[in-house]
Formats: sequence, structure tokens, C-alpha cells
Amino acid sequence: MIAEKGLITSGHASDGTHETFTLNLGPQHPAAHGVLRVLMTMDGEWIQRAEPIIGYIHRMHEKMGENRSWAKFLPNTSRIDYLSAMNYTHAYVGAVERALKIEVPERAEYARVITSELNRISSHMVWWGALLLDLGGFTPILYAFDDREKILDLLEGLCGARLTYCYYRFGGLYNDVDDAFLKGTRDFVAHMKPRLTMYRELVTDNIILRKRLTDIGPISADMCRRYGATGPVIRGAGVAYDVRTVEPYSVYPKLKFKIPTYPQADSMARYLVRMDEMEQSLSIIEQALDLIPAGPFMAPKVPRVIKPPAGDYCYAVEAARGRFMVRIVSDGKEIPYRVKLRAPSFSNLSLYEEASKGMILPDALAMMGSLDLVIPDIDR
Amino acid sequence: MNPTLEQLTAQFAALVAERASVSLPVVGGALCPDGTASSVESGRRSGFTPDTSGVNPDLPKPSPVQSVAHALKGYDLNATVAPDQVVAAAQLLDRAGFGLDAVTGVDWMAQNEMEVVYDYFHPTASLRVVVRTRVPRATPELPTISPVFPGANWHERETHDFFGIRFSGHPNMKPFLLPEDADFHPLRKDYAP
Repeated sequence: MIAEKGLITSGHASDGTHETFTLNLGPQHPAAHGVLRVLMTMDGEWIQRAEPIIGYIHRMHEKMGENRSWAKFLPNTSRIDYLSAMNYTHAYVGAVERALKIEVPERAEYARVITSELNRISSHMVWWGALLLDLGGFTPILYAFDDREKILDLLEGLCGARLTYCYYRFGGLYNDVDDAFLKGTRDFVAHMKPRLTMYRELVTDNIILRKRLTDIGPISADMCRRYGATGPVIRGAGVAYDVRTVEPYSVYPKLKFKIPTYPQADSMARYLVRMDEMEQSLSIIEQALDLIPAGPFMAPKVPRVIKPPAGDYCYAVEAARGRFMVRIVSDGKEIPYRVKLRAPSFSNLSLYEEASKGMILPDALAMMGSLDLVIPDIDR
Repeated sequence: MNPTLEQLTAQFAALVAERASVSLPVVGGALCPDGTASSVESGRRSGFTPDTSGVNPDLPKPSPVQSVAHALKGYDLNATVAPDQVVAAAQLLDRAGFGLDAVTGVDWMAQNEMEVVYDYFHPTASLRVVVRTRVPRATPELPTISPVFPGANWHERETHDFFGIRFSGHPNMKPFLLPEDADFHPLRKDYAP
């Protein structure tokens, strides 16, 4: 019946003993979290080859960068990885500020750190809920979205947007962080700490979750390096690679935080890295709230017409999914000559074909969930 | 053990020096379609046009291998190599433990050239390396680095989609982000939708 509809087609016997078939996962499949298609050659339950086919929501952001002014590209950057818009905007304004040699006031940098880390927590909450949904646990996503709502409310009060924030400007911020936001963020940190304990007791220590993730989907440190996988994927392979410490930016050098790593290199390790990261982000926010100075939130002399001097400039940030880098090339004009967006999900997914070989289908989906993919980030 | 900037600079200088005496061309497409050598002056043709922005113009002569202040540019080492040296450069960085960050192109239409940029990061050392090369715009072709860094497979397919740059020896050069029937390369500067 299914075969008649073309969803499953019978293929050739691979070695004369096993018959293989082709399975199309997606592009509309709940476990793909968006429009990702994976073309799988199956030997029964086992995957012989899984080739991700991408581009279903490709929007050519890089071309859009070449036909509008530097400032008008700002809203685009929050629509690439819609779950960590703050981090992405940070990389783009950082690259332009680097080109123009703009000194950003401390208050603005601390506000950027606070909002970026809030964004990271909210992103990890979506991942957490969605991963557990993939694994068959329905309740956790309700807890996660309940807590995430508080972050969205805080950021909405600050910049008006709930998801695709465009809060940073070249040289500072769109508006100042007000007392209501700072107090609300303090309250949120106090609220969230016991919730994370509850997450752990409810889910992380659950034997069913452990059995679904432990030793499933090994991704070694060397594989991460060869494919350029970063973020929780490489940290789950025991490498303490974090752009915030390796290529320090903003005021991160003034803040104390740990880089959680787990050497097991399995799906559980990547899970634990993200859970620990939420705790670290809360600690970063707390420190930044204590340290944020009074003062201006915009650099005094930002030119009205942005014309970065000719040359290329890179700026990388640690987004929720890993290393996000913007490479801008300027020819000294009002419109960018080239904007390259190096998306972490793109590199993290590129290892899927090698990593999923020989796995059974439900395990491969658990591994896909542990990569925390955002499809618009891959397709750009 | 982490590589140092000095070691890498020396290794790249040696790599580039292999070609210093060779004046002309390199990979496929070295000659113009009519069979004559390019009218573009030979130095630029063989890929030795370093990005000189941010370099003091009073200095005697920009070297193809420069260490750069990270705070100014966002990378530490900038190496310009010949198009057929990108694989050797990738192998050099692979041995030093680098990871592949991205591969992309830049269309320099005025100079009639395509620039291909390889970004590398190091998982433990605070080092960022940029390897760049230039190929003629009419016949942009250079070897693939995907046997060294399998992650380049996707990046090169994307670069082919966007710029029409061909990576010879690539195992799977199918349309990637663009539709299957796309016969255009949107990031070429002469592309008009």
C-alpha cells in the first residue's frame, strides 16, 4: 500500500542476500523539525546510507545582503537561525563594528551578553522539548515552553519582538535596558534554577531517556573537526571548543563560566552539555546583571551612512548550535560586496551521512535530535 | 600539541615559495578559450594577489603569507596560494589539527577573477587561518579538498551553486541549495534575476 504511493520503493539487493529499499524521510516529517529530507537506503531496520537533501526553504540571504545597505540587512540576520536571533545579530553587527573600528559602550556589551544568553536558554528549551517529543515523551515540552514564555516576554518588553529580534545596532542597541527588564531577568534566574533541578529529576535521570541516548550515535572529536561540527556536538565529544573562550568577544573575558564537556561522544553527552550550558548561562546572566554599568547604550559617533573600508572582516560568535561566523567583504560602498554566513547547523548536519551508517532508524532519529538542527539555518 | 602562528607562517611560506619562480598558470582553464595565454598580467593569474587591505602601504611588498591582528580582521593568518595548492594547504592544516570552517567564493568581476576562500579554525588553539586563491572568471576550476576535509563536500557544492566554480574530483557535484533545474549562479555579479 505504502509502496504503491511511492513512499517506499523496493531497490536492488545490495550483496545478493539482503534486499534494500529506499525510504524518504521528509521533507514534511515531524522528526525533521522543518523541511529537511533524508533519502535513506534501508536494509530492513538498518540504515545503509542516509543522505540529507536540503534547500527546501533556501532564501538566499547572502544575495539579499548584496542588494541592500549594511543596516537594512540587520533584520535578515535574525531570520537565519530563528531560535538564536540575538547571537546571529551579534555576529553581524560585530563584523561591521570591527570594520568601522567602532568602540561599543560597556553597558551595551553587557546588555548584549544578557540578551544573548537568555536567547541561548530559550533555544535550548525548544531543543529539549522537541527532542523528548521525538523520543515519545510529551510532557516535557509543556514545561519547557511554559518557562520559555517568560524569556520571550522579557525580550518582547525590550525590543518588541518575541522571536526574530532585531535589538542590536551598529555601535550599541536599539534602546536602553530598563529597570523592569533587569528586575524581570533577576526574577527569571531565581525562578529557573529550581526548574532546571526539576528538569533533571523528571527527565535527565529517567531510565528510558538514558537507554534511548546512551551510547547512541557516536560522533568522535576527529569527525567533528573534519566536518567542522561545533557547539554542543564537539563539546559532547570532549573538546572544550567554545568561541566565547577561544576567540573571546564582547565582555565574555570579564565573566566566569565553565565550558561543559563530556567525553562519551554519544547522544547523551550532547544532551548533558546543553543541560549544563543552561546553568552556565544563568550564572553568566547573574554576573552580568551585577556588573552592568550605567552609561550610554550607543557609541557616540556612528556614521549615518555606513561605508566600511575596503577589505574583508570576520566575526564569530558562539550561537546556541555552535560557531556562527559572518564574513563581510566591503568595497568601501554603502552596499555590502559580499556577506558570507557560516551556519553551525549546516556543518553539524554534514556529518550525518557518515555518522548514521549502520544505525537503526529510531536511533538515527534520536541522534538527529541530539544535533539540534534548525533547518532555516542550514538552508539560509 | 597546538601549532603556533610562527610554525604555520613558516610552513605556508615554504608552500608558497614552491611557486614563486613559476610565472604562469596552474589548473584547468589556464588558457583563454582562444588558446592564448590570459591577457591578465601573469602575477595575478597564478593566484598571487594577496588581499592588501589592512596592510601598511609603506611596507616594501605585501607577502602572500601574512599574520594579521585578530582584533582587526577576525583571523590570524592570511595565506594566498595558487589554485592547485589548495589541497596541499588543506593537508598542511589537517596535520596541524585544524577543522574546516567554511568554503566560499567572491566574484571580482572588475578584475575578471573569482576568489575562493577557505576558512579554518582550530579546536583547541586560538588560531584562525584563511587560505585564499583566485581563478579566472571564465573558467573557474580548482581541485576539491573533500578527500582531506569531508566537510568540504557540502561547502563546495554550495559554492558551485552560487558561483559556478567547479571543483574537479568532487564526488557528488549535484545541485544543492538551488532547485534541480537552476541554470544560473546567483552570487555572480552579472546575475540578473
